[in-house]
Amino acid sequence: MSRAPDGLPATYFGPGNSFVEFLGRAAPGARWPFAGATGATGVIGAAGAAGATGAVGPTGAGAPGAPPTATTIVALTYKDGLVMAGDRRATVGHQIASRDIEKVYPADAWTAIGLAGVAGLSIQLVRLFQLELEHYEKIEGIALSLSGKANRLAAIIAGQLELAMKGLVVVPLLGGWDGAAARIFAFDVTGGSYEERDYAAIGSGAVFAKGSLKKLHNPAASARTAIRTALTALIDAADDDAATAGVDQARDIYPVVARVDARGYSRVPDDELARALERRGEARRARP
Amino acid sequence: MTMPLYVPPEQIIKDRADFAKRGVARGRPAVVLSTADGVLLAAANTSRALRKLSEIYDRMAFAAVGKWSEFEALRVAGIRYADLRGYSYDRTDVTARGLAGAYAQTIAAAFTGDPKPLEVELAVAEVGASQVSDAVFHVRFDGSVSDELPWAVLGGATPAGRQALAEGWRPGLSLAQAGSLARLALAEGAFSGNGEGRAGGAAAAGGDDGYEVGLLVRASSGRAFARLGSLP
Repeated sequence: MSRAPDGLPATYFGPGNSFVEFLGRAAPGARWPFAGATGATGVIGAAGAAGATGAVGPTGAGAPGAPPTATTIVALTYKDGLVMAGDRRATVGHQIASRDIEKVYPADAWTAIGLAGVAGLSIQLVRLFQLELEHYEKIEGIALSLSGKANRLAAIIAGQLELAMKGLVVVPLLGGWDGAAARIFAFDVTGGSYEERDYAAIGSGAVFAKGSLKKLHNPAASARTAIRTALTALIDAADDDAATAGVDQARDIYPVVARVDARGYSRVPDDELARALERRGEARRARP
Repeated sequence: MTMPLYVPPEQIIKDRADFAKRGVARGRPAVVLSTADGVLLAAANTSRALRKLSEIYDRMAFAAVGKWSEFEALRVAGIRYADLRGYSYDRTDVTARGLAGAYAQTIAAAFTGDPKPLEVELAVAEVGASQVSDAVFHVRFDGSVSDELPWAVLGGATPAGRQALAEGWRPGLSLAQAGSLARLALAEGAFSGNGEGRAGGAAAAGGDDGYEVGLLVRASSGRAFARLGSLP
């Protein structure tokens, strides 16, 4: 069907509804998890080899050339949906690489994805996963189920295990609406997918955020309360983890907070976050 | 001893063209037309599962008639083409012109080189910021492309149906006006087909009224393609 020089290549035909698999077939150089994964010849692989220790965690020495890492995403359910929030800091070793990086994105109209780990890989992974879902939806004429999305993401993560073993770790958190309820999925670098009850946190500040969420989370709360709880958890994480930023009110940089409910994904506007923080701030001053 | 029969190339091309044309004309028709609110796509289609219209990319859609298995393969390849291009470069770098060209090359290669030409006729539509930048690329069974008109009639529409659209289309058509124009163009040809997609008298249809309808919404910011339940 395709011998014409400018026609569609033969690899574009045939079965399959996965963009990631198609990418491996049609453009091997661009495939996930990229050229550096196997030969360490790509830019990413080379940087990883030089700065593997710096890339692992914010406590490691910031080797020159190490890629920035991004941390701390929280997700929690509330009465009608879920809230996912991520701080805005990226670090290289002990230095701040970015104050306004975004780590929480819509994966599609019904799903939020947050990422912790190497920032560059995270951004690539989000683009790839968004496209994977859109590609499936366009080819099949219907969106993947939420469990299907989690399984696809797990497979994509498992594909970069070799990079993770070199210290270039990226770990996602997925939250979505399955038609009846909001569900949260956490992952590990081997592609393990774990559905979480009530709340989850990933990244270097996750321990502190989880402690905060454990005390504050109420699955029957309103969206407004859940947003405040998510912000509190991030602030608590920032309090004890240098790689996590709280709220930079001097620069008007707020965490990215997303809501997923029966109406789908929506990002909570900054002025709503500012109001939630004002109320929270008063209580906090009384008792930090 | 027998000599191979000499068939002049003109005859080979003509036979292949006749074969493909017959295949395409058997298909119930589809129309694509630019309106004030976006690009309307409609197909006479009694099947719910086997679709003739599809989203391709943010502001691009696909309509086809003919052999379903053949244009479905082209549709999927088109989505792969668009998604790979958008992934490699940027979402704004995916254009209908590029895809229409790739389709034309593919269909043209099959027309001359494959054991049998593809029995498909398709359109790639793109909605612009304003109606002057809308594009409808019409690709025929032999790989010929045209984009002069802001509308296209595909498949077995009657001459009267084609004429209705040719005479009735003008810039600034409302969605409702475009809908009735599409109905005129499709309805007369809708039952002239013999076989394809006939659902044994069942009322099952692409939409409630026997039309599969899609709209590339001009005002949309992201993915502009929306399916409509019936012709507006």
